[in-house]
Amino acid sequence: MIFRSARVHVAACLALVIGFAAPTRADAETTLRAVMQSDLKILDPIWTTAYIVRNYGYMVYDTLFAMDAKGEIKPEMVDTYSVSADNLTWTFTLRDGLLFHDGAPVTSDDCIASIKRWGARDAVGQTLMTFVKEMKVVDAKTFTIGLNAPTGLMLQGLGKPSSNPAFIMPKRVAETPPNEQIKEYIGSGPFVFKAEEWKPGVKAVFVKNEKYKPRPEPPSGMAGGKVVKVDRVEWIVMNDQQTAVNALKAGEIDFMEQPQIDLLPEIAKSSDVKLVDGNPLGYQFAFRFNVLHKPFDNAKIREAVLYAFNQEDFLKATIGDPSYYTECKALFICGTPFASDVGMTDKLESNFKKAREMLKDAGYDGTPVVLLQSTDLAVLTNLAPVGKSLMEKIGLKVDMQSMDWQTVVARRTKKDDPAKGGWNAMFTSWVAADVLNPVSAAFINASCDKAPFGWPCDAELEKLRAAFAREADPAKQKAIADAVQVRETEYPTYINVGEYRLPFAMRKSVEGVIAAPVTIFWNVEKKGG
Amino acid sequence: MLMYLCRRIASIVPVVLVVGVLVFLMLRLTPGDPAAVIAGNSASNEDIAQIRAQLGLDKPIAVQFFIWAGKMATGDFGESFFYKKTVASLIADRLEPTLALAVLTIILATVISVPLGTLAAYRQGSWIDRLVMGFSVAGFSAPVFVIAYLLIYIFSVKLNWFPVQGYQRLSDGFGGFLYRLVLPSITLSIVYVALLARMTRTSVLEVLNEDYVRTARAKGLSPMKVVVRHALRNAAVPIVTVIGISIALLISGVVVTESVFNIPGLGRLTVDAVLARDYPTVQAVVLLFAMTYVLINLAIDLLYMALDPRIRY
Repeated sequence: MIFRSARVHVAACLALVIGFAAPTRADAETTLRAVMQSDLKILDPIWTTAYIVRNYGYMVYDTLFAMDAKGEIKPEMVDTYSVSADNLTWTFTLRDGLLFHDGAPVTSDDCIASIKRWGARDAVGQTLMTFVKEMKVVDAKTFTIGLNAPTGLMLQGLGKPSSNPAFIMPKRVAETPPNEQIKEYIGSGPFVFKAEEWKPGVKAVFVKNEKYKPRPEPPSGMAGGKVVKVDRVEWIVMNDQQTAVNALKAGEIDFMEQPQIDLLPEIAKSSDVKLVDGNPLGYQFAFRFNVLHKPFDNAKIREAVLYAFNQEDFLKATIGDPSYYTECKALFICGTPFASDVGMTDKLESNFKKAREMLKDAGYDGTPVVLLQSTDLAVLTNLAPVGKSLMEKIGLKVDMQSMDWQTVVARRTKKDDPAKGGWNAMFTSWVAADVLNPVSAAFINASCDKAPFGWPCDAELEKLRAAFAREADPAKQKAIADAVQVRETEYPTYINVGEYRLPFAMRKSVEGVIAAPVTIFWNVEKKGG
Repeated sequence: MLMYLCRRIASIVPVVLVVGVLVFLMLRLTPGDPAAVIAGNSASNEDIAQIRAQLGLDKPIAVQFFIWAGKMATGDFGESFFYKKTVASLIADRLEPTLALAVLTIILATVISVPLGTLAAYRQGSWIDRLVMGFSVAGFSAPVFVIAYLLIYIFSVKLNWFPVQGYQRLSDGFGGFLYRLVLPSITLSIVYVALLARMTRTSVLEVLNEDYVRTARAKGLSPMKVVVRHALRNAAVPIVTVIGISIALLISGVVVTESVFNIPGLGRLTVDAVLARDYPTVQAVVLLFAMTYVLINLAIDLLYMALDPRIRY
């Protein structure tokens, strides 16, 4: 009797407390709570290439052009554009009604200042700016870009989907020196960032930009009408993946951007949650060589590794489920315009006999390969042991050194001898949208000291990349991209060890997620709570 | 007494100095480079060097130390490398969840464990004693994250009684504040209930055999009065010591619980900062923890006097 009475009291107390604490239905209807891939730490999408900051950029800022679902570049803020007969003068006119979040209209001055800052930071932007002679304001909505030579990078650059996209900021903000972070977070994008509600490590909040004027076309990839269908989006920081999955099942969050691969079967079993392949281009695993030191200073030894590796072993060990990975030897992402298997047909087949012969012919002297293994990023952890095993099969000595990702990131910048704190090789992964052509793919940059870590140095590759930048004809660009790929088999700067996709996990009530190379929240709605 | 207090407060200075030097050096000796982390995958070494210069990491370590120490002396904890917010504001944001969780846990643990331990001592050798000691062993043995996931599975996912995760600030309503802390504080308190119950049992057992307890019984006092007024009070010194240390441990050591329940407290801030090599944040938080330890120890020492009039400083 006493026990039953106590239970009644406990239940009553619980009901009272839950009544106090539970969110109202109206709140749940219009707020989309998402757990993103990582915490938003930096608020300048031009200053850093971090993907979470790029995603933030797409919430707050708009771009002049954008890539649609077919991979074509379409106008976004731009209404009309034209290029002169000699391909040296581009004229852009902005759409009517574009406003920054503070109510000021977007002008040509803002666009020019933003392009200048982007052009100082972004790899494609830097190449594009070598062609730019001048940028001129025609009127408040029209501006021109004059070139000293034709280039095919104009639209590809201004509409590039991934880090760093050419986001348009107010002129006063865009005039911040490129090496300093901006301090004002005003864009003209479909969402307004609530800086006062931003709690680093906890959450970032965006509300619908009521002044935003979407394009009339339906959304397609990153392009088309950006119609916002929720009042508020909250990016909740959750370090523990299992907690995020539990929260998703319980309806406390609506969306998980990158659920861990090993949790997907558990998520798939839940009746309230669905998995959606929202980024069909996915990601590419990359094995990066450091060409400064033995043994990988020898291109023939790097080529031997290209023969020793196969993609299936890496993909099985890391992703497991074949529905989430693709064996694709093309450097420039299968299914995109510059994808090709030219030069690759006999590579990445684990032809150990040939690889061993090549290693012998190259005069390998037994110098161990210092291979960095990241142990705290689940998606990367298993790559290094597979790489070690495959390299050892052809006779390379491998010293695999395990460390956390941040240590890998610091270590890979060191040019020191591998025996004295340097390195020979490491694995990483790219968003496919960063690897779509020879200029945007950072690992193909072979400009010696100016190239990213690994520092490949090859005049032939650089000549081809420059030719690609100059070429405006897509068919000729394709031929150059093929030539780059062939050159990469002779002078490997990195090895593509496979493509994979990570599905979004979301409540079944969430609809309208657009398949795109970047996670975007326009068109997304919550139905039925 | 006043002299003692002054001496103890003054002792904070060398502790802070030693901890400050150690944490500063250890961070610099730890592999990792915040500039490389910030710069991202596509950055050249030139980009990274620029960021390093902006963060002041290109200066000699000794210079970096004196700049930091000089700022600390004026109460300026510096700015987070990543968030571009002052470290003081980051800590202020994270203090409430950690304190709330620690206080609630210690209240829960004390309220449950002291009577349990006393009862176990009073009924030494009985089934109650064995039950309490059995629970104590189990409480010590079960990892916190296992208890956390178990409670989440039962009470959040299956029964939907409590939220899986999150924290609501006290200023946003007491109901929601308490509601979100129930599972985390139960999770954390289990190990402290185990510890405190065991400690209470041992202390009370020792006191129950003292002459003055026998005298109290001989005077005809009720068993309850004997235990509460004579035994428990005299057994309180070691119990209070453990409770005090537990509070300090809770403030600095609730990382797992904060992560599993997604509570944005100091523990998570510390781990995030360490993983990102956010030196100013790690340095400030570690110093704060060191000062907390010193101050809690001081408070315990002062409490001894109230509990045992024989103790004087």
